[in-house]
Amino acid sequence: MRVRARARVRRTLATTVAAAGTAALLLAGCAQDPASPDQGAPAAGASGGAAQTTLTVGVFGAFGLQEAGLYDAYMAQNPGIRIEQTSIERNENYYPQLLTHLGTGSGLADIQAVEVNNIAEITATQADKLLDLAKVPGVDKAAYLPWKWAQGTASAAKGGATVGLGTDIGPQGICYRKDLFEAAGLPTDRTAVGALWAGDWNKYLEAGRTYKAKAGEGKAFVDSASGVMAAVTGSSAQRFYDDQGKVVYKTNPAVRGAFDLAASFATDGLSAKLQQFTPAWDQGFSNGSFATVSCPAWMLGYIQDKAGPAGKDKWDVAQAPKPSNWGGSFLVVPKAGKHAEEAAKLAAWLTAPAQQAKLFEKRGSFPSASAAYKLATVSGAQHAYFGGAPIGEIFAKAAEGVPVAAVGPKDLVIAQNLADIGMLQVDQKGRSPQEGWEAAVKAIDNALDQ
Amino acid sequence: MWRSRRYRWDLRWSPYAFVAPFFLFFAAFGLFPLLYTGWAALHQVELTDPDSMTWVGLRNFTRLWDDEFFWNALRNTVTIGLLSTVPQLAIALGLAHLLNYRLRGSAFFRVAVLTPYATSVAAATLVFVLLFGRDYGMVNWALSAVGFGAVDWQNGTFASQLAVSTIVIWRWTGYNALIYLAAMQAVPGELYESAALDGASRFQQFLHVTVPSLRPTIFFTCVVSTIGATQLFGEPLLFNGGAGATGGSDHQFQTLGLYLYEQGWVNLHLGRASAIAWAMFLILLLIAGAARLLRGRKEDSR
Repeated sequence: MRVRARARVRRTLATTVAAAGTAALLLAGCAQDPASPDQGAPAAGASGGAAQTTLTVGVFGAFGLQEAGLYDAYMAQNPGIRIEQTSIERNENYYPQLLTHLGTGSGLADIQAVEVNNIAEITATQADKLLDLAKVPGVDKAAYLPWKWAQGTASAAKGGATVGLGTDIGPQGICYRKDLFEAAGLPTDRTAVGALWAGDWNKYLEAGRTYKAKAGEGKAFVDSASGVMAAVTGSSAQRFYDDQGKVVYKTNPAVRGAFDLAASFATDGLSAKLQQFTPAWDQGFSNGSFATVSCPAWMLGYIQDKAGPAGKDKWDVAQAPKPSNWGGSFLVVPKAGKHAEEAAKLAAWLTAPAQQAKLFEKRGSFPSASAAYKLATVSGAQHAYFGGAPIGEIFAKAAEGVPVAAVGPKDLVIAQNLADIGMLQVDQKGRSPQEGWEAAVKAIDNALDQ
Repeated sequence: MWRSRRYRWDLRWSPYAFVAPFFLFFAAFGLFPLLYTGWAALHQVELTDPDSMTWVGLRNFTRLWDDEFFWNALRNTVTIGLLSTVPQLAIALGLAHLLNYRLRGSAFFRVAVLTPYATSVAAATLVFVLLFGRDYGMVNWALSAVGFGAVDWQNGTFASQLAVSTIVIWRWTGYNALIYLAAMQAVPGELYESAALDGASRFQQFLHVTVPSLRPTIFFTCVVSTIGATQLFGEPLLFNGGAGATGGSDHQFQTLGLYLYEQGWVNLHLGRASAIAWAMFLILLLIAGAARLLRGRKEDSR
């Protein structure tokens, strides 16, 4: 359930291997008829003779619904239903395909996943092709975080339908290396660390300056300036669009402020000058070349993966300066589907608090249904790799504090160009923040201009 | 009477029936997309709603004229194309010459030079990204071992283009070498014998016998490589693992193929992307025309 489109690129090799594997499976699959109900549905107990309805779910990446056993559980409860999932590894490939399928009304799965950066474009341009899920029995608006619910709902001018039900979100903490903090004379206890910068991103910068003064050469405080920028903009109540849907990133002081603050990390030499989700970034985790990274809940598993067993008990996670969100997904139900009504029921069930809690327990995807935070599997969750950090508590606190920000149709394009053009020029090419900003604005103007 | 007429028809029309499938498929998957892309290039059309097209005439093309990102991509495509094609064909020619000697296990070497071509771009590029890494890459490690400073391969304009070209060279040299080898084996042995009698060294033989005999083949590989270089896409896309189609923070290695992809599939402007696709097509036609003129003149002068 990755979250930024570009998070996918890192899986190049995995994709290649997977593609080879898929090809093999396809060849194998040709040998038998996969659609035959009595051999294709081991979990559904379909032999009772009840008419079978096959629901398809289209997702990108390792979404986790299947892996957490949710489909199997639903099929066991509903013997007449069989669920099949199709997955496309990268959202950059998945999303344009979803758009063309919605355009032609064919080739669609009964349920389709949508990434948070695309949801505004979906609600603004595709709402008439999707079911209003707010009216589906079992969907309770009050169970969701208000800002997440708002993201999946079209504006009143577009009919006000809630076409996307939230799955996970990405509330952020700050992951830090205890051993490096200790060597630099900073506190290592996660409460004390969180207190270092509580309430103000500028204090995070100050902590970085203190760290650098003591840590010496070759040790950076953050992984990348763009990571800081994503975290700071994610905590802002207004970002790239205003409430009327106008693009305001150029004039919004919060965006420029976040850009300049993040740029200070680069110009002060506090950044390891890495680009996130590249092989070099991965190597940075295992080599300990930076002391902190803004980490959404979904990134913990990634860090554990890349830092390896040697990093156990070195990493910990503290509260971020301000509540901030990075990433998350939605489920939508196209009207063109053959079993739209059954699909809506399934989507409602998959995103209900209990199922989101299970997804968190099994896969680490943090629930967007705040009702799930009271469940013991969430509230009591600890992460053994991160020194037993109470991640349920930390991320729930962050999630509930995230402001309701208007998301716009081109959020992804704006965020990507700010990070990959503007901030990267400052961080890696040593350009001035002003030059980086202007380059980003030029690229965004070119991208947004019709 | 009837029989002989049918025989004549058969003789006359059967060949057309045999080649028809290709042209049907070409019409469906080659010609139609080409024309449709041309049609889309004259409209403003977004991937979010591909059915609603607004006629804008040649505006998508005229705006390319003022589009600095387009010119930047075109410039990068030309430099990366030269940086990769020229050494690639030179190395391939030399390699083919070596393979043309009587070697022990020559079949092994011939298969070996082709293996890079058989490797997937994705897998190969991933390895090259690691090799060209700024902090822990092997190339920089080797450079610093012999006393040079580390190079930021992804961020430098020339450095990044050189790195991308390396991947292209690595992948396509063996392929071209085998084409040259096949052509070399058709060169009559007597030419070499008489050259040797005249006292020509191996290198002189290569220069004065092999290369002139290979001229049509060299022209062919130049054409194919130019088409490949103009459409260069996979290597630069994957070389910047994080940013996708931007081709680096300064667009320093964004090729036309990447810019087309960025406009169409990241920014979702299908009309503009189609205009770039047609511009690429026209550029190729221009190059082909120029090459034809050049070749024609050369043949005249002979």
